[in-house]
Amino acid sequence: MREITYQQALNEAIKQEMQRDENVFVYGLDVSDHKGIFGSTLGLCDEFGCDRCFITPLSEDAMTGVGLGAALCGLRPIHVHQRVDFLVLAMNQLSNMVSNYHYMSGGKVKVPLVIRAVVGRGWGQSAQHSKSMHSIFAHIPGLKVVLPTTPKDAKGLLISSIRDDNPVIFLEHRWLYFTKGEVSEKAEPIPLGTSNVIRKGSDITIVGTSWMNVEALKAAEVLEKHGVSVEVVDPRTIAPLNDDLIIESVKKTGHCIVADNDWIHCGFSGEIASRISESCFNDLKSPVVRLGFAHAPCPTTRPLENEFYPNAINIIRAIEKKLKLDPVDLSGEEFYSWENRFKGPF
Amino acid sequence: MDRIKLNIELYQKAYLVRKSEDTIRKHYMEDEMKTPVHLSVGEEAITSGVIQTIRKEDLIFGTYRNHGIYLARTGETDIFYGELYGKVIGMAKGKAGSMHMFSPESNFLGASAIVATCIPVSVGAAFANKYKNEKKLVFTFFGDGAMEEGAFWESINFAGLKKLPIIFICEDNGLAIHSLINDRQAFKEITEIVEKFGFNVYKSDSTDPEEIYNITIQAIKDYKQNKKPCFLHFKYYRYLEHVGINEDFKFNYRSEEEYKKWLKRDPVDLQRKKLLDLGLKEGEIKKIEEKIDKQIKISIKRAKEAPFPKNEEALCDVLA
Repeated sequence: MREITYQQALNEAIKQEMQRDENVFVYGLDVSDHKGIFGSTLGLCDEFGCDRCFITPLSEDAMTGVGLGAALCGLRPIHVHQRVDFLVLAMNQLSNMVSNYHYMSGGKVKVPLVIRAVVGRGWGQSAQHSKSMHSIFAHIPGLKVVLPTTPKDAKGLLISSIRDDNPVIFLEHRWLYFTKGEVSEKAEPIPLGTSNVIRKGSDITIVGTSWMNVEALKAAEVLEKHGVSVEVVDPRTIAPLNDDLIIESVKKTGHCIVADNDWIHCGFSGEIASRISESCFNDLKSPVVRLGFAHAPCPTTRPLENEFYPNAINIIRAIEKKLKLDPVDLSGEEFYSWENRFKGPF
Repeated sequence: MDRIKLNIELYQKAYLVRKSEDTIRKHYMEDEMKTPVHLSVGEEAITSGVIQTIRKEDLIFGTYRNHGIYLARTGETDIFYGELYGKVIGMAKGKAGSMHMFSPESNFLGASAIVATCIPVSVGAAFANKYKNEKKLVFTFFGDGAMEEGAFWESINFAGLKKLPIIFICEDNGLAIHSLINDRQAFKEITEIVEKFGFNVYKSDSTDPEEIYNITIQAIKDYKQNKKPCFLHFKYYRYLEHVGINEDFKFNYRSEEEYKKWLKRDPVDLQRKKLLDLGLKEGEIKKIEEKIDKQIKISIKRAKEAPFPKNEEALCDVLA
């Protein structure tokens, strides 16, 4: 099968859905400019006209309400934000209106609205361009929250999100845009609410979200050389969360590390730890360990930023501690390959 | 429409709203309607006058003070009281309550208890109508407090920019809960400001439903002519407390004298007198009123007798 990037996968999903359904439209700041949200919306204006792909005023709150109103009237809007941080300005619409509307109508109206937002990292993104916030969105009943890791998932899950009759927050990590993988040329939806075992293993389970799956896979690759078999499970959709594969994996390995691309305190990693405790208490050989952002706003300068984010090395060391292994020699290993490729300004 | 027929319909709407709200006031202390009520008493000219102009296919959005809109639009009271009593016969099976009345069947698509939050949603509905090339208009109601919210200005900007088919209706009672407008707004003459965003603008402090109707008809005509969204600024007097069923003049944050001035031109009384002036007999008007009285009485009985939703209902409709 052909390989394409995550960015191309997103672009292809939107194009195919816009070809299929004329009620699908894309809007947001800069969606139709020459950069096209890091390439993900390029070409839409040319192919579908600028009535179906248009830029908006900088009014995140009202533009979210506009999406809700359009969705109530049968359209399928895709609202795009260059950073998740901008969605804080729309929290009123998201938590008071968008998430409640179906429920408060006794199920009479539907809200097929997709909100795509990019999670920033690196090159001095700082405290206001680097949040993930998926734990906050997933906390609110009525919102679906999707975090695709692979190009295949980016395409399949975005197609499902567009076709879904509920509001979906679709979070794309900026670094994942470069990653390549096999993706079908056809529009093949991947159901929301399904997890995925992205690497099979038997000694320990890593539950990863978004970019942290890349770090987890790197850790697994390194440790494999030292005889440690790591299983990596990607929940993909954290709301609604289907934890079957996670529970199954932890019952098998007896050890679990949650590597979340978010802060730990009151976060999604705590939800996973709690579910494992409820369902796997007798199977656990050690307590669940959580890795996530340091409990601080994201600092700008590179050395401090490196302290802020957990990485493959942190995962390796956490696994060794859990399995009571001596630290392996990492001197020959290459890490941060994606960050080296990432030169800014975004 | 024939002027007598128009004024009868306006009176039916205004009377239905007044009588329904009065009936809530009568029963509220029984503590069976466990939902905060923001009554529409005093604003009947606006709700009846504007809604009289709205065609079946047009869409409506409102605020927590929405009883007038709901009643004038639907004319029904079974589902209305069913929702207020929290019963399964309510439009949202009791999950919405007084502050979130709506009726998709009548294209009344929602009301919010967070000030100004329905305005952008209504703008989105207008966008959808334009996108699909449908000739529907959207009517969005809000109070004077909404004009202090960012969402209002963001919405005005987008509606003006995209020339959306929407009529904004500000129901200005000069009060945000107990705060007077002069303590809240730096601007005067909102219509002059909104006009600069590319709107047709209108203002009135009339309590005559027919006059409000005529202004709204003019706005609709103007929209069809120049495709500019419209902004209607209507003043009225809130007779009762912000939330609840009582008068609250004893707290002295506003003057009872002003209320008495407005009461002299009470919209429901005014419309009733007009029907007499237009030649209707007292008996004919009584007949209209008795029919509505009876309807409300039956609806209250049905609402009281209806079952509550089953407990499982709490977890239904979270996701479609």
